[in-house]
Amino acid sequence: MTTDIESRGYAKPEALVSTDWVAAHLDDPNVIIVESNEDPLLYPSSHIPGAFEIDWTLDLNDQTVRDYLGSDGFAELMSRLGATKDSHIVFYGDKSNWWACYAFWVFQLFGHSNASVMDGGRLKWMNENRPLSTEVPNIEPTVYPAPVRDDKTERAFRDEVLAHVKEHGQLVDVRSPEEFSGARMHMPDYPNEGALRGGHIPGAASIPWANAINPETGTFKTFDELEQIYEKTKGINRDEPTIAYCRIGERSSHTWFVLKYLLGHSNVKNYDGSWTEWGNGVGLPIEKP
Amino acid sequence: MPYPEPIQEFVENLSFIDDRAERIQALIDLSKSYKAADREPPFPEDNRVKGCESEVFTWVTLNDDQTLNLEIIVENPQGLSAMAMAALLTQGLQNQPPVTAESLDEELVYSLFGKELSMGKTMGLTNLVRQIKAQSLNLA
Repeated sequence: MTTDIESRGYAKPEALVSTDWVAAHLDDPNVIIVESNEDPLLYPSSHIPGAFEIDWTLDLNDQTVRDYLGSDGFAELMSRLGATKDSHIVFYGDKSNWWACYAFWVFQLFGHSNASVMDGGRLKWMNENRPLSTEVPNIEPTVYPAPVRDDKTERAFRDEVLAHVKEHGQLVDVRSPEEFSGARMHMPDYPNEGALRGGHIPGAASIPWANAINPETGTFKTFDELEQIYEKTKGINRDEPTIAYCRIGERSSHTWFVLKYLLGHSNVKNYDGSWTEWGNGVGLPIEKP
Repeated sequence: MPYPEPIQEFVENLSFIDDRAERIQALIDLSKSYKAADREPPFPEDNRVKGCESEVFTWVTLNDDQTLNLEIIVENPQGLSAMAMAALLTQGLQNQPPVTAESLDEELVYSLFGKELSMGKTMGLTNLVRQIKAQSLNLA
């Protein structure tokens, strides 16, 4: 029988699992469910039974350098989750899986490819009145071999982005249209956070991240709908390298997921320095409409 | 200037809790005391807290004795942080003179939630505090 997700035509449907699938795998020892939210109160208030929490500020970020955790830190994190190299990690969270996709992306820097995102995230699970728990899993820590973080395949840095701009490469700016145009240097009603200039990276296409989501359910749109948005309307070529960015790289990890896994683009990177770096960078060109 | 007594007391008690999980649990418990205002949607845009993704609306009016009557609606059932803040603001200002809101400031968000909140969450909660303060002081 074809599942709903399979019927949507995604390039890599295994990167997405349904709430039904998760419900059927709650007791599967090879499946590790991870909740990652913006709101720190959500997970402790209730979560999918057996789910762990990954806090994006405390667990994924280096606490002194603007960077992600290193090899040892990732090995320690995976040990805390009771994960092995074969474990299937399923991410979900609030805000249509913003932070779940961010965590998923960080996990890919360490090559843990047996991973999925739960379609619709926390809201869909709640709306379906599925079981919840406040219990934090108590597991035997595993020994997870410390992998080398790969910063070349899925992640872009400033100099690479600059070279990409000079070559007229594809960029997707997933921020709001106001941020893209430079009318605002931050999300509507949000603080500036120190970006000196407003606008976008030259040549970038404006495709806000939420275009990929069905607003009523928080689920991802179908392949055909996404193809229409990214490729046919905005002209993003699936065979050419693409760099996605936002303000700090969290919204763009959502778009990175869409382009790479749902549409199957061959070379997509997330620029986590994003506008907080580019908008302040000495010698970096910007564009305003 | 200290916050209104119930708010000050909660902030001080929270500051004594070192364990992050216990602090979060105290905030979850606070959120459970939130009671939505008895108003029917649709709500006026003028009453919306800008930048708050939990879809929060606030009204502040005067009781007959010239004290404050706060009404807050958090539309997002998962907006626990907003509910916690709404509950605390209500505890601190309900039935108090409008000038009581004078001491409210943005630090209240950090005092409750720490510095680890995302920008979006911080801004939404800050705007909630600002809006309640402004609505209250307009009645002073």
